[in-house]
Amino acid sequence: MIKAEQKPLEEILLYLKSYDRILLSGCGACVTVCQAGGEKEVGLLASALRMARMKMGTPLEALEATPARQCEPEFAAELSETVEKVEAVLSVACGVGVQTLARHFPKTPVFPGVNTTFLGETVTHGVWEERCQACGNCILERTGGVCPVARCAKQLFNGPCGGSSKGKCEIKREADCAWQLIYDRLNGLGQLYRMEEIIPARRWGVESRDSGLRRIVREDLKV
Amino acid sequence: MVNFEPKIVAFCCDQSGYPAADMAGGLELNFPGNVEFVRVPCAGRIETLYLLKALERGADGVLIFACYEENCQFLRGNLRAKSRLSYAHRLLEKIGLEKERIEICHLATNCGPKLAETLHRKSEQLKKLGPNPAKI
Ligand code: SF4
Ligand code: SF4
Repeated sequence: MIKAEQKPLEEILLYLKSYDRILLSGCGACVTVCQAGGEKEVGLLASALRMARMKMGTPLEALEATPARQCEPEFAAELSETVEKVEAVLSVACGVGVQTLARHFPKTPVFPGVNTTFLGETVTHGVWEERCQACGNCILERTGGVCPVARCAKQLFNGPCGGSSKGKCEIKREADCAWQLIYDRLNGLGQLYRMEEIIPARRWGVESRDSGLRRIVREDLKV
Repeated sequence: MVNFEPKIVAFCCDQSGYPAADMAGGLELNFPGNVEFVRVPCAGRIETLYLLKALERGADGVLIFACYEENCQFLRGNLRAKSRLSYAHRLLEKIGLEKERIEICHLATNCGPKLAETLHRKSEQLKKLGPNPAKI
């Protein structure tokens, strides 16, 4: 799922400096799971903002809402009435949700309340780690289900660099070396021969973000 | 502030803080003038939001009366309360409020006097800090 972290309060206060009445909108999906922008976090941030502004002598009215998924136009539409009553929106959904609201409400400024950080997995309660970079051509079938694009600091495709040491990455000592993980996993599966298959160079300029905006069109689903 | 009687919201765990408050009442120990007790089944029930909301809605200070560490009936409730408290402290700093406004006190059912003393000490401390400037 998409992972995000709340922006520093002082930064958010700066965005909202010239507004007295805002909507703080969360999202009931990914950011609820990583506890950055769900209903609870909306309540907590709204409370903190109100108090900070009260203390500054410029009270802020913060309405609260948490649509089920902020990145779907139908759910954004549900906010229409509330958005009419405010001067600006602070969204603690991921960057996608922020943009959905911005597109939907052309006359209302929409500010991001979180930094959208990565596509990741819950390692344990309170710990999330990057797993996928949405590279556009998944090769997990060749690497035992461990992604070298997201998890190898150098995004190497054919075995570790010379800096892999005791299972850790030379770039980030606290991180596991992705190629050690791949080796261990293939070893466990009895598929070490896979390490000898060369993964060909990728067409980054065609498949990945390097080619510009990507789009998926399913004619069968269009209405 | 001559007549300032700080409002304290005291969250009381049902396994320690609440029976201790009951005991203090039975012993006719007096409490500061403006305390609101909130009974919770376990300190682990206290969300960070409750701590902030109490201040937002008019409290000058908040106390959490929880079981001694390693004494939680639900194993980790008091530790959860402690980590939420430290998160709340970080938020208070950013809001510009003194973090002393929210505090945790560990006790057991038979600690009525400790509870009353803690409330009095908190009340005196809050009198020095003055009213919560961020309450709505
Ligand atoms: S190979 Fe690409 S699509 Fe597959 S997990 Fe890695 S980044 Fe994601
Ligand atoms: S040590 Fe491992 S994870 Fe780090 S850059 Fe080298 S191969 Fe990639």
